[in-house]
Amino acid sequence: MNQSILCTAAILLGCVVLTAGQNPTMLGHPEDYPRVEVAHGSRLYAEHCDRCHGADGNGVAGVDLRSGKFRTATTDNQLKTVITNGFPTAGMPPFKFDAADLAGVVAYLRNMNTIDRGSLKSGDAEHGKLVVETKGACLSCHRINDKGSRSGPNLSDIGAGRTAGSLERSLLDPSTQMWPINRPVRVVTKEGKVINGRRLNEDTYTLQLVDQEGGLISLNKADLREFTVSTKSTMPSYKDELSADELADVVTYLLSLKGL
Amino acid sequence: MATHKSYLGLALALIALVSFRLQAQSPVVAERLLSSTKEPQNWLMYGADYFSQRYSGLTQITPANVKNLSMVWAYQSSAAGSWQSTPLVVDGIMYLTQRPNDVVALDAVTGRVFWIYRYNNSPDLGVCCGANNRGLAILGDTLFMGTLDAHLVAIDAKNGTPLWKTKVGESKSGYSLTVAPLAIKDRVIVGVGGGEWGIRGFVAAYDAQSGKELWKFYTIPAPGEPGHETWEPCPPNSAAYCDPEGWKHGGGSVWVTGSYDPALNLTYWGIGNVGPDYNADQRPGDNLYTASVVALDVTTGKLSWHYQFTPHDRYDYDSVQVPILADVTFQGVPVKAMFWANRNGNFYVLDRATGKFLLGKPFVKVNWMSGFDANGKPIQTPQPPGMPTYPAVQGGSNWYSPSFSPRTKLMYVSSWEDQGMLYGGVPIVYEEGRGFGGGNLSPFVPTPGAPTRGIPGAPGIPNLRRGPINNWTDAAGHGAVIAFDTSTGEPKWRFLMTDVTDTGIVTTASDLLFTGGREGYLQALDARTGTPLWKANLGAQMLNNPITYAVNGKQYVAAMGGLTLFTFALPN
Repeated sequence: MNQSILCTAAILLGCVVLTAGQNPTMLGHPEDYPRVEVAHGSRLYAEHCDRCHGADGNGVAGVDLRSGKFRTATTDNQLKTVITNGFPTAGMPPFKFDAADLAGVVAYLRNMNTIDRGSLKSGDAEHGKLVVETKGACLSCHRINDKGSRSGPNLSDIGAGRTAGSLERSLLDPSTQMWPINRPVRVVTKEGKVINGRRLNEDTYTLQLVDQEGGLISLNKADLREFTVSTKSTMPSYKDELSADELADVVTYLLSLKGL
Repeated sequence: MATHKSYLGLALALIALVSFRLQAQSPVVAERLLSSTKEPQNWLMYGADYFSQRYSGLTQITPANVKNLSMVWAYQSSAAGSWQSTPLVVDGIMYLTQRPNDVVALDAVTGRVFWIYRYNNSPDLGVCCGANNRGLAILGDTLFMGTLDAHLVAIDAKNGTPLWKTKVGESKSGYSLTVAPLAIKDRVIVGVGGGEWGIRGFVAAYDAQSGKELWKFYTIPAPGEPGHETWEPCPPNSAAYCDPEGWKHGGGSVWVTGSYDPALNLTYWGIGNVGPDYNADQRPGDNLYTASVVALDVTTGKLSWHYQFTPHDRYDYDSVQVPILADVTFQGVPVKAMFWANRNGNFYVLDRATGKFLLGKPFVKVNWMSGFDANGKPIQTPQPPGMPTYPAVQGGSNWYSPSFSPRTKLMYVSSWEDQGMLYGGVPIVYEEGRGFGGGNLSPFVPTPGAPTRGIPGAPGIPNLRRGPINNWTDAAGHGAVIAFDTSTGEPKWRFLMTDVTDTGIVTTASDLLFTGGREGYLQALDARTGTPLWKANLGAQMLNNPITYAVNGKQYVAAMGGLTLFTFALPN
């Protein structure tokens, strides 16, 4: 019984020949994945995958995860499908990872053969929380659960949707990771009132935004003298503000924010 | 100069417009809820105010100009199914729920969305009577919603972020929350649905900050508690099936929001039918507190008094109505009154301080009882097999909210008239998470086999809208708005509809009444006479309670038809 499960698992996760001509970024070149994402994946791997696949990825007979090649998955999306659906008949349960965690696990699988897990620094979420609330002053713009300003995007479930790599880049170069809907807007009404805020919604005739005090405002564009949308985030870069360890800690903390 | 004046006036109007739209949104502190009638521009709770009068002080729309109403905006739900939500409006922002448990915040002027919160229900839930949600409560900057999988969720009103969620009941056993919560002081009160699944119902209060349970009142008393004696022992050697532990799954759901009297510190909730619904023989006794109203102390949850409208119910006449509270002169005496047009077909007046029965009188055809004894208990007259019982299972009225106007002193009720039902009880053994109806019913029609539900709707959504041809006709019952004189309890006028109505009522200080029906008309009546003044065809049946509100001094009327929320106002 156990043997047949292992055999099936081996078939399902066994080696395949990669198809030429596909988008290389979808095929798992190790260098395509931010190290912080690989590190996040390694933590999840240790927590969820180790007990069957082993630390070296060869715990299931006939399956070598470090080979970087999989019988039923070529692209990252296919790998995610395998992980999400599992192979119940082979003894592999489905794993209901959110998008951020799934991306981390895939990033780690793609790098198992080149990275020594012991060399991956694991961030300290508790310390990251402290940095967010003190040195980083993140809550002066962002809100996490019932604390902080509402002017910036809410971070209460940021760890469910953003990958570790995206979060790290957000801290270093915020504008590159800002979703278009969140772009800062500046309006001047016909009466001369200036409103700065973050866009929440927009159509041809109206604009909805949250102002710097967290108020929800809806405006008719016909009532505005000026209306500009900036592609530059109002968030400062933390490149020179936080150490590498602090950055890793903050990312780890943010990844832990999964919402209710 | 005249031209300059015009420009100046226009500029001032624009400044007023913009400045209002930019007004600070103040937290809805408990004191605002207490004096909600002083904010007629807002709709701060399910019943508009703690007395649930659904009366608005707005007067811009009048009987004279209502004919000029035109649609301003529409918002379409993303989920199919009957839409029973009553929106809240707070300082220009509308909050509403849509199936199954989404919360939407939108601009009440344009209908454009600020944010949407989507709650993921447990897949093992069991909900009687549709995946409905009837709305929200707000306290401070926090919204509260009950979920189909029997959780209470607190949501940040500014950004739609969930702050906490508390498990209220076991969804796989049939517990659910479809009721709009009621926020009082520092707490949020809800009741559970699921009577048709054999739950043991309750009303419970939760701390608004933390979600911690503060008290719980079971609507089915346990052994040793007052009222349990109404769950009588089974007769020895009974030939018919009798459940010796019927109270454990005796139903007593709460489907709609209760009311509150701050001076008495009492909150009043209508309690649903007994389980099983139709086979009364297997649960001897009056079966308290099903089909009753209970008055609970807000601080402790202790029962102050109760009145049972339908003892030992066998017709699903649950008291799924919102209690209307009003201080009136009734039959010449000042009374802290509670008015109730019950599903069982009777209009009631109770003293809400004591629960004393002051009046009970049929307002539709009734034959399940013949009158009341000296204590206000109905004298029941079960009909012989094969004979129709009136009213039918939908009742004389149901969950849709009534209204009371302090100007007209009239209470307005959406009613189903002249509809009968053939009832039959069938023994049923309780199984957790399974339907617990215990009966066979069929609508009574004068011609055997004639349609009673009309041409089916679109595949997959048969109950969303009835067919466009009314082939059931008013011979299978019809709808009405009935205005009761609260000084006498007598109907003053009736507005009759050809089809039935599941739409609530809102009245205004300009003596207008807005309601709807299954025909899909949002309609305005003269609240003093019942004369129809205006209508708009929304294209699908209306299954919610209309509201009215104002932003920047402009009054709006909002109601749902089918899957769409329509908002109307006078032209500029």
